[in-house]
Amino acid sequence: MKLAIQLRRQKKVNRSLPADMILIIILAGLGTFMAIPFVYMIGMALKPLDEMFLFPPTILVRNPTLNNFFDLFNIFANSWVPISRYMFNTFFIAFLGTGGHVILASMAAYPLAKLDIKGKKVLFTMVVLSLMFSPIVTSIPNYLTITWLGMLNTYWSVIIPAFASSLGLFLMKQFMEQIPDAIIESAKIDGASEYRIFWNIVMPTVKPAWLTLIIFSFNGLWGGGMSGTFIYSEQLKPMGAAFATILAGGIARTGAMSVAALIMMIVPIGVFIFSQSNVIETMSTSGMKD
Amino acid sequence: MAFVLSFTYYNILEPPKWIGWDNYANLFIKDEIFLIAVKNTILFAVITGPLSYIACFLLAWLINELSPKVRAVVTLLFYAPSLSGNAYLIWKIAFSGDSFGYINAFLLKWGFILKPVQWLTDPKYMLAVLMLVQLWLSLGTAFLAFIAGLQSMDRTLIEAGAIDGIKNRWQELWFITLPSMRPQLMFGAVMQITGSFAVADIATQLVGFPSPQYAAHTIVNHLIDYGTLRFEMGYACAIATVLFIIMLGANQLVQKLLKKVGD
Repeated sequence: MKLAIQLRRQKKVNRSLPADMILIIILAGLGTFMAIPFVYMIGMALKPLDEMFLFPPTILVRNPTLNNFFDLFNIFANSWVPISRYMFNTFFIAFLGTGGHVILASMAAYPLAKLDIKGKKVLFTMVVLSLMFSPIVTSIPNYLTITWLGMLNTYWSVIIPAFASSLGLFLMKQFMEQIPDAIIESAKIDGASEYRIFWNIVMPTVKPAWLTLIIFSFNGLWGGGMSGTFIYSEQLKPMGAAFATILAGGIARTGAMSVAALIMMIVPIGVFIFSQSNVIETMSTSGMKD
Repeated sequence: MAFVLSFTYYNILEPPKWIGWDNYANLFIKDEIFLIAVKNTILFAVITGPLSYIACFLLAWLINELSPKVRAVVTLLFYAPSLSGNAYLIWKIAFSGDSFGYINAFLLKWGFILKPVQWLTDPKYMLAVLMLVQLWLSLGTAFLAFIAGLQSMDRTLIEAGAIDGIKNRWQELWFITLPSMRPQLMFGAVMQITGSFAVADIATQLVGFPSPQYAAHTIVNHLIDYGTLRFEMGYACAIATVLFIIMLGANQLVQKLLKKVGD
C-alpha cells in the first residue's frame, strides 16, 4: 500500500504533500464561494411562492416544491408559438453557429500561425484590435450591413456574424503557434498536403483549444446572440426571448422565471462538462525526437 | 468608420456634419463627467485587471493538477459565475443597504458596525463593491484558455527541468510553465484588458444608471449614455476612440511585461 502511494507520487516531480493539501483546501474554499449562484438558482426554482419573497431572503430552500415547473409549462401550453419551436430556434442557432465558428476560426488561424503569407501580421493585428472596439459603436454599421445582405429577420443574421467572431480566431492562432514547426515540416516531407496536415496533425494537437472555443461560442449563442436586434418574427426567436416575455408578466411569475433560468443553464452546463472532460493532455511534441 | 464619425456631429437621423476636433475638445475640457468616468475606469482596470489575471492563472494552474474528472467539476464551479447569466444579481441582495442584506446582517450581528452600511448607494463603497463582484465574475474566458493551454503543454520539459536542478513547483512555474504558455498568456491578457476596461453592465445592474454622484460611472456607461440615450453618435464615437486608445496603450504595456516572464 505504502509503496503504491509512493509510486504514484513519484510520477510528479517537484511536488510535496503538505503544500498539495494546503492548496486543495484553498481551492475548496474558493470553490464554495464561486458555487453560490448555482445553489441559489436551484433553490429559487424549488421554492414555493411564499418562501420566494421571504424577507430576509434565504439561499437554501425549506419546503421544496415542483409547482414552479408546472407553472412554466402551463404558461407555454397557452402560448401562440409552441415552446418546441423556441427550443428548435435556440438549438439551431447555437449548434450551427458554434460548429461553423470553430471550423472557420481554426482554418483561418492555421495560415496566420504557420504559413508564410505576406501581410499576415497586419491581418492579425486587425483581428486583435477589433476585439477592443466597443460593440455599442459598431452596432449601427453592423445593422446596416445585415440589411444590405438581406439577412434581416432570418436565422442567418445571427449565425453568419457568429462564424466570423474574432475571439475564436485569436484563441486558435495562439494555440497553433505552439506547435513545433518540425512536425509540420516532417509531414510535408512525407508528402502530406496542407489540408491533410491541418486535419490530421494540427487539429488533433490543439484539441484543448477548440474544445474550449466550443464552450465560449456555445454560451454566447445559447442566450440568443444578437437575435434581439436582428430578428422580429416571434416564431424565429430563441428561448431566451420567450422567457424574457414571461418575466414581463410581473411579479407573480417569479417562480416560473427562476425555473426558466435554471433550464437555460442546464444545456450549457452539459456542453461544458462534455468538453472539459474531453480536454486531455495532447502532446504537442509526441513523435519528435531531436 | 467609427473613427471618422468621431469628427462629426451625427444624431443618426440627419446625415453627419463635419465639425473637426470639437468632439474631442468638449470631451476633455467641458465634460466633467467624462473625466470622472476615465478616472473610474482606469482605477477599475488597474485593480481588477491584474488581480483577476493572476487569479485566473494560479487557479488554472492548481486545478490542472487534479485528475480529469475532478478537474471538470472544479472548473465548472469556477466558471459558474460566467455561465449563469445574471446570477450576479444575488450580490444585490448580499450588499443590500438595509440591515437584512447578508453582509450587513452579518456585520451587525458580530458587532463590526452599529448601523447598516449603504453599500450600493454610498459613493465611498460603490466602486469597491463593484470591483469585488467583477473579480468574482471575471474567471471566464482567460481562465478556460489557461486550462486548455496547460493541457497542451509539453510534459517532457518539466522532467528535463527537474533533472537540470529545478527544486520546487514555484521555480517550475516561473522557468518552465510560464514561458511555454506565452501565447495563451497573451490571449488572456487581451481578454482581460477588453473585459476590465469595458465594465458597464454590472454597474448598471447593481448601482443603477447613472450611479449616484457618478461614483461608479465608467467610460462605457458614458458611451451608452450618449450613444443610445441622447443619440449623439458622433460624440459617442469620440468616446469610443478614446477608450480604444487607452486599451491599445494597456495592450502595448502588457506585451512588454509578458516578454519579461521567465527571464
